[in-house]
Amino acid sequence: MSGFRVLRAGPMLSVQDQGRPGLLGQGVSRGGAADTRALAEGAALLRQSRDLAALEMAGMGGEFQATGPLRIALTGAPMVATLDGAPLVWNASHQVEAGQVLSIGAARRGVYGYLHLGGGIEAPLTLGARSAHLMAGLGQAVEAGDVLQAGADKGEETGLVLDPDARFEGGELRIVESFQSALFSDELRERFGATAFTRGARANRMGIEMLSDGPGFAADGQLNILSEVISSGDVQMTGDGKPFVLLRECQTTGGYPRIGTVLPCDLPRVAQAPAGAPLRFRWVSLEEGLEIQARYDTEEKTLQNRCRSLVRDPADMHDLLSYQLVGGVISAKADPFET
Amino acid sequence: MPAPNPSPEGFPLIRTAGLQGMLVSFADTLSEPANRATLAFRGAVERAAIAGVLETSTSLTSVYVRFDPGVLGHDALRGRLLELLATQDWTAAALPEGRKFWRVPTVYGTDLAPQLGEAADMAGMSEAQAIESLSAARVRVLTIGFAPGQPYLGPLGAEWNLPRQTDLTPTVPVGALVLAISQFVLFATKAPTGWRHVGQTGLKLFQKEAEHPFALQPGDELVFEAVSKSDFLKLCENDPQFGGATAVEIEA
Repeated sequence: MSGFRVLRAGPMLSVQDQGRPGLLGQGVSRGGAADTRALAEGAALLRQSRDLAALEMAGMGGEFQATGPLRIALTGAPMVATLDGAPLVWNASHQVEAGQVLSIGAARRGVYGYLHLGGGIEAPLTLGARSAHLMAGLGQAVEAGDVLQAGADKGEETGLVLDPDARFEGGELRIVESFQSALFSDELRERFGATAFTRGARANRMGIEMLSDGPGFAADGQLNILSEVISSGDVQMTGDGKPFVLLRECQTTGGYPRIGTVLPCDLPRVAQAPAGAPLRFRWVSLEEGLEIQARYDTEEKTLQNRCRSLVRDPADMHDLLSYQLVGGVISAKADPFET
Repeated sequence: MPAPNPSPEGFPLIRTAGLQGMLVSFADTLSEPANRATLAFRGAVERAAIAGVLETSTSLTSVYVRFDPGVLGHDALRGRLLELLATQDWTAAALPEGRKFWRVPTVYGTDLAPQLGEAADMAGMSEAQAIESLSAARVRVLTIGFAPGQPYLGPLGAEWNLPRQTDLTPTVPVGALVLAISQFVLFATKAPTGWRHVGQTGLKLFQKEAEHPFALQPGDELVFEAVSKSDFLKLCENDPQFGGATAVEIEA
C-alpha cells in the first residue's frame, strides 16, 4: 500500500473527513474538515467519494515522502507546493511516484490547505469517523515520523484542475435569525448587519473571533440564559458582546446567546478568512437562506464536470519539444508533466 | 389525557435553529417538570421515525431536531411536532429507566479548585458552609453536552444562582466541577469555561476506547462528597478512571 511518510510537519496538521454527525446527544459535535468545500473539490479532482479523509494543514504544510505511487490533489487555501523541487499547480490533481518528496509551504491566501490521496487516508475509525476532533480528545495532530496510509485507489486519472470557489479573503456572510435572535433588539441586529468586522487573532477549528470598532453586541440578560444547543454557524456573543462564529468542532451546547446562524454554504469562507480579513454579515430570511443553500448544494454536485485538463502555459515549458503538440490535445489520462 | 395548555409565555414553543434545525422548548428557566418533558419528548420524536429527521438531542429544557429541509420542509416538520406535543402532558411523563446513583469523592477549594472562595463569597457563605452545602446536594444529569459525555447537573438551591464570569478561564482539567446558575458541570475534557471551578474529582466521563465510552446518561443522579486533598490523590492513584467514584442502579 502506498502512502506518505511525514518528514516535516507544520504546526497543525490533522486528518479530517465529514466528521461524526449523530452524536450531539452524547455531547460530541460533528467536527470534520473546517472547509468542507475543499473536501468536495479534492473528491472531484480525484473522481472519488467526498467522504474519504484528507490531510488538513492550518497555515503551513510540511514535507512528505511517497512510500509508493500515489495520486494526490491539493485544495483549500493555496500553498506553495513542489514535487522534488518542481512547482505543482494548486487546486489540481497530480501523480506522485515512490520516493518523491512533496513539499508544501505557507498559505498564500486563506488558512486551511488540504492534501488528498487517491483512496483517501486510512486513519483509524473512532466513533464512526477518521477525523481528529481535538476538542473531544479524538485522534491527534499529524507529526513528523507519522505515515499517512492511502486506501485502495480505484482511480487512475490525474492532471485535472478546478477553479476554486472564492473564499480565502473574507467577504460577505449570509445569516438567518435563530431561536435566540429575539434576545437582541431590532436596532442591535440592524447595527450588526451594518458593521464592518475583521477576523480576530482568536481563531481555530471551534470558532472565529470577529472584531469591530464601536460598542459590542451584548444581549439583554446576557449572562443568565439557559445553556442551549449550538448549530455550526451560530454567532455567539461573549459576555462583553464580542461575536464569535462557531464552526463544526464547537461545543454542542453553550450559554452565551447567539444572534443568528451563518448559512452552511458560507462557513468555508469563515474558516478560511485569514487574521485581519474583512467580513460582513447580511441578514437573509429563512426562505431566502434555504434557496441559497439549495442552489449551492446543487452547484457543488457539478464540481466533477467542471474539472478540466491541466495544460501548462507554453511560456513556462522548458521542455516544450518533448510534448506531442500536433494533436492539439493532451489526454486527460496522460500526465502532462511526464517527460 | 389533557393536552398541554400553552403557558402565558407560550410554551411549549417551536423555533428554528439555523436552516436545518428545529427546537421544541418547554420552558426558559430550568424546572424539574420541564426537564422531564424534554427527556420524554425526545423519546417520542425518536419513536415517530419521521422521514428527513437526521438526529435529535436534548438540552436542559428543549429538544433539538436536525433535519434535511430538502426531504422534510420546515412547515411539515413543525406540523408533526405540534401533533406529537398534543398527544399528552409531557411535563408529567416518567423519567428514563435504568438510572444510576453515583457517589463522587471531591476536593473543594485548594489549588486544585481555586474558585471555591470566590463562589462562596458570591453566595454569601464561608468556605466551610459552601462545602457543606455543595457536598450534600444530590443532583440529576439534566442533559449531556458541550463536550463528549459531559453532564449539566442540578438543580442546586437558589443561593447558587451565580452568573457566569464575563471572562473565560483559559482551561480547567478533566474532572473539574464548575458552578453557575444553580448547576454544576463536571468536565469530561480539558477545556475553557466561563463557570467557576469549585471542586475537583478524579472521574473520567468519556473513555473513547471503552465498550461504553460514555459513563453517564440523562436522569442519573450524583453526590459530590468532600474528601481531603491527600485522600483524593490516593483515590486517583488507585483508581485512575473513576477516582474512587461508585455507582449503583436506582430502583424504580
